Amino acid sequence: MDQWGARWARENGHIKQVTAPGHSRARCCYVDFLNTGPSVAGTLRRQLSRWNNIQRLSNVTVTDIVTHDGVAVGAVAINIVNSEIVTFDAGAVILAAGGLTKLFRRNSASANMAGEAYALALWAGADLVDMEFVQFLPIAHLAPRLVGMDPIMWDPFRYKLGGRLLNGRFEEFMHSYGGTDNGNYSTVRDQASYAVLKEVEAGRGSPHGGVYLDFRHVPEEQLRSAFGPVIDRLVANGIDLTQTPVEVGPTAHYHMGGVRVSVKMETRLEGLYAAGEAVGGANGANRLSGNAITEALVFGETAGRNAADHAMKVCRRWESRYAQQFVETAQAACSLRNPGGLPPIALQSELQDVMWECAGPFRTGDALEKALARIQQMKRELFSLSLSGQQHFDLDLQDWFELKAMLTTAEAVVAAALERRESRGAHRRLDFPETDSALSRNQTVEMKNERLLLEWTPVVS
Amino acid sequence: MNSEERILTPVRVWRGGPGETGHYDTFLTPYEEGMSVLDALRWIRLHADSSLAIRYSCINANACKTCMVLVDGKVEYACTSRLKPSGVSLEPLRKRRVIRDLVTDTILDEEKLERTVDRNDT
Repeated sequence: MDQWGARWARENGHIKQVTAPGHSRARCCYVDFLNTGPSVAGTLRRQLSRWNNIQRLSNVTVTDIVTHDGVAVGAVAINIVNSEIVTFDAGAVILAAGGLTKLFRRNSASANMAGEAYALALWAGADLVDMEFVQFLPIAHLAPRLVGMDPIMWDPFRYKLGGRLLNGRFEEFMHSYGGTDNGNYSTVRDQASYAVLKEVEAGRGSPHGGVYLDFRHVPEEQLRSAFGPVIDRLVANGIDLTQTPVEVGPTAHYHMGGVRVSVKMETRLEGLYAAGEAVGGANGANRLSGNAITEALVFGETAGRNAADHAMKVCRRWESRYAQQFVETAQAACSLRNPGGLPPIALQSELQDVMWECAGPFRTGDALEKALARIQQMKRELFSLSLSGQQHFDLDLQDWFELKAMLTTAEAVVAAALERRESRGAHRRLDFPETDSALSRNQTVEMKNERLLLEWTPVVS
Repeated sequence: MNSEERILTPVRVWRGGPGETGHYDTFLTPYEEGMSVLDALRWIRLHADSSLAIRYSCINANACKTCMVLVDGKVEYACTSRLKPSGVSLEPLRKRRVIRDLVTDTILDEEKLERTVDRNDT
């Protein structure tokens, strides 16, 4: 990545490494200023464009993986530009569609991370693991309104500058929850999320339902030397860190769970692979800062290499009849017109509230049961929704498929969270606040006869 | 701000398909201090008219670069363009073929499905 131009921050000629929350040593590298993600993505994209035998397609939404005799043989998709249904036959399929943070009202991610990878895998016959473990970042931006900047930008600010967390009364509070906050950001994330939400619950939150992050004690020169142009962008957003604290709070940020794979990134379905945030189990009950981009690169390379090996060797046996049922579902969706029916986006919005309230940083059996019932009801409502029926760039159509996947994935998350009657890592049950050593096992999820089946499985050693 | 003081901002949006003269719809959108044009468009899709075609991905980080539109005649990213409480007029990019409403053809030719439909690689 360095040779390809990723521009990692350097010190004395070496790639610089910092100690991120939860780590015992300085190992995290990054690209200034708050640019690691865009730099990594841009570097890979530039490399891609150099090869003629790699084809990127835009505006195409995959709606199903096609299988035959337990082997992944391709996919069905819709070209959103003109609503055309297309099929792909493939020697191998890699799921790399990211996480599920769009399921939650407060989330840090791109619009299109709605958990489709997990749903596609389940429908195709692969299994998932650790679906109950969703990571909530404790101090994502809440207020004042920030545009043009990443809501989780405050994490790196804390790495470099410390800063103080204060409740709505401008008091320090982290120590009451067993965390330390000596301005050096050492409390692990789930502990910090818990502390923030508890303060809000106790009526000591900030106006927008979070806490304050305060850098007023940091000299402006230090702010600028750490974050240069970002400080100017903050000022353009009406935020002067030397004068005002910002409001922050927990936000869904990453999914530890996902598609179960071998060390070669193979799912249990021949020809189907997964990489990146779509993969489950690599981070256990909670992910350490710095692992997400790293695993995307490492597992991505592994999946690519193994999928390519497989595709070269396999004898491709596509027949269009293998895709027939999925094409028919897509056609049925394209023609959904129920005058007076809700558009899919309305149910997406409701699902986000349900998941935030019932399957968020704090969970109880009652709330999870409520969520599960509503999710299952929404699945039954899918075919009574109404699409606007535009032929070109119909977002209602896109939303419908996205909702279908969101509901399958949400059901897996909630069902797994219900079964795990303990608190562990990012999964917190208010009705089971202790960690139960008997549950030092993973949960897998698969689909059988259109129903979810959950099983406990020993941790791989 | 309590509900009686709610400002409703007129958001005027061009609607139409390729080659059409089109028409304008105006949506009265609840105004919140600091909100972006994209915030307003997403509100409109959710509360007023889900048939409105818009393109975006990262919502507000200005990382994906896919949300360019004309805001009062100027090319801007919808996600970083602050909504004026007095209202805005939104149109698709002038130099690009319109797909629908505010979505224009900005994808590289080699990334379009139409170009690959007959490919048969072994």
